[in-house]
Amino acid sequence: MEKFEVLQSTAVPLPIENIDTDQIIPARFLKATSREGFGENLFRDWRFDNAGQPKADFVMNTGRYSGKILVAGKNFGCGSSREHAAWAIYDAGFKVVISSFFADIFKGNALNNGLLPLQVSDEVLARLLTQIEQDPQTTLVVNLVNQELEVPVWEEKIPFAIDAYKKECMINGYDDIDFLVNQKEAIEQYESNRPWAY
Amino acid sequence: MAKTLLDKIWDAHVVKSIPGGLDVFYIDRHLIHEVTSPQAFDEIEARGLPLFRKEQIVATADHNVPTKNQHLPIEEPLSRFQVDKLTENCAKHNIELYGLGHERQGIVHVMGPELGITQPGMTIVCGDSHTSTHGAFGAIAFGIGTSQVAQVMASQCLLLSKPKSMRITVDGEVRPGVTAKDIILYVISKLGTGGATGYFVEYAGSAFRNLSMEGRMTVCNMSIEMGARGGMIAPDQTTFDYLQGREFAPKGERWEQAVAYWSTLFTEEGAQFDKELSFDAADIAPMITFGTNPGMGMAIDALIPTDVPVSEQASYSKSLQYMGFQPGESLLGKEIQYVFIGSCTNSRIEDLRQVARFVQGKKKAAHVEAIIVPGSKQVEKQAIEEGIDKVLAEAGFELREPGCSACLAMNEDKIPAGAYCVSTSNRNFEGRQGPGSRTLLASPLVAAITAVEGKIVDITQYLN
Repeated sequence: MEKFEVLQSTAVPLPIENIDTDQIIPARFLKATSREGFGENLFRDWRFDNAGQPKADFVMNTGRYSGKILVAGKNFGCGSSREHAAWAIYDAGFKVVISSFFADIFKGNALNNGLLPLQVSDEVLARLLTQIEQDPQTTLVVNLVNQELEVPVWEEKIPFAIDAYKKECMINGYDDIDFLVNQKEAIEQYESNRPWAY
Repeated sequence: MAKTLLDKIWDAHVVKSIPGGLDVFYIDRHLIHEVTSPQAFDEIEARGLPLFRKEQIVATADHNVPTKNQHLPIEEPLSRFQVDKLTENCAKHNIELYGLGHERQGIVHVMGPELGITQPGMTIVCGDSHTSTHGAFGAIAFGIGTSQVAQVMASQCLLLSKPKSMRITVDGEVRPGVTAKDIILYVISKLGTGGATGYFVEYAGSAFRNLSMEGRMTVCNMSIEMGARGGMIAPDQTTFDYLQGREFAPKGERWEQAVAYWSTLFTEEGAQFDKELSFDAADIAPMITFGTNPGMGMAIDALIPTDVPVSEQASYSKSLQYMGFQPGESLLGKEIQYVFIGSCTNSRIEDLRQVARFVQGKKKAAHVEAIIVPGSKQVEKQAIEEGIDKVLAEAGFELREPGCSACLAMNEDKIPAGAYCVSTSNRNFEGRQGPGSRTLLASPLVAAITAVEGKIVDITQYLN
């Protein structure tokens, strides 16, 4: 997993609520057995028409917006547990998704892949979306170390929450598997002492 | 302090707690399938890690399999490759696989319970969000991502924070024609698609208690559709009767011990939940969805709501536009082209029996394509033994072979762009059943009636 400390970037606004993982990456693209290449089909049916041509009015196709931060409506990532959704977003070049609410499984999947789900209030989200739509060159600074989202044009630093352990993992590029494998002794001890085992 | 059902099972699976509020959480059963496992196998292999407890893993092929001619090699090359990869990985790591053609093959959340692999008090995970289904037995069961699939393969554990608890109580008698599917669609319509995010839900009250295990599975299955990590129902005599004698259920003295332990798994009087909600069963009507998330449901004879908060109006309009519906409109009389009866929500023998009882002696409308995909080889076999296949064939319904099929349209079972499908599955997202497809979620009974009528009707006219 890539390390993440501070990211400065412009952002892409997607002001739609309840964006589900079938929109992020439709099931018909889940046939690949590796983690690579899902970015091509990110938001496939919003981004491309049936003939595979880019839809001119979709936010990623207008040429107006760019950047490594996706700013999306609340309850982002609901639906399926497919980690392919997090892979697709990351593979398309995003390192942060800002929303006012994330679905649980998506949030966990994002954190396990170095993609930061950054939760802000509904009010901040609405202001951010307006700001970016008005000025696509607006730069945001995501400082994970200080847990702050800085919006220089507003002269504001907005604090955000993240689990302390997950923050350490993101900053150092560690993942849970290293940690868990090192718990083998405790796990074996647990297994031998269970009052009821299946 | 009085404990909830969630507390009891959770606490019994904590290997250790680490500073910061995370638990090393032990997993009893790990179910895997072809779509979300290959990258996990690659990961543990790349790290040189062995499978820690391979005997606690069971595999099946379901998401990406054809529902016709399963005895022949899969035609679509990418699908074939993915299914072959599962076979190869399971052989290499010595994992029990119920692959295509195996008598135990089926949708992972149909197969586990019917074989007795799913038991009360267990922790069960799978790289699929509908793993919540298994909570019907009083288990902690939830969907995980592929990185977590690799973690469980490597350690039989996950690093988790305990979710908040919510109890949803529905008491009273349901009206005729109201099934488990209607109850859960009603609850989701009240909470919204993110209303239970961060929570683990316990379903309580007579409306759930009176359901069969199949009905309870339908309810718990859709917990994720309101954002919950999982849903559960305390085990009782219905649970024990369902499990007794199943292949992997405990036998003899061990069965007695198991039932004694399982009988302790209930929420104690006075236990506190982070959130409590109650509904009256009598308020629930046969349901249908009109939008593009499962929270957008209503009574089948109701009008599409117009009172939407300002902040949600843009998404709401986009959704109705996709569906081709207007706010304030009734769905009654709307012509539909497809009926899909299947998926981990409603493809069990009870669902097929209900459909067969209704369609016996009737014919589907000429313009409707009605597909029934059983949840497993065992369901298929039982349907044939009971003559359900013949009843369905005479009514013009096509009985396919088991798999996830048109629920997520990974295989060739797709609904064409613009067409309406009344579906017993769990998600009505844009394009879920194929690019441009329009899904209306409903119970198997509503689906069967719709297939015969060729349009949405008020089903109460059929009920005695």
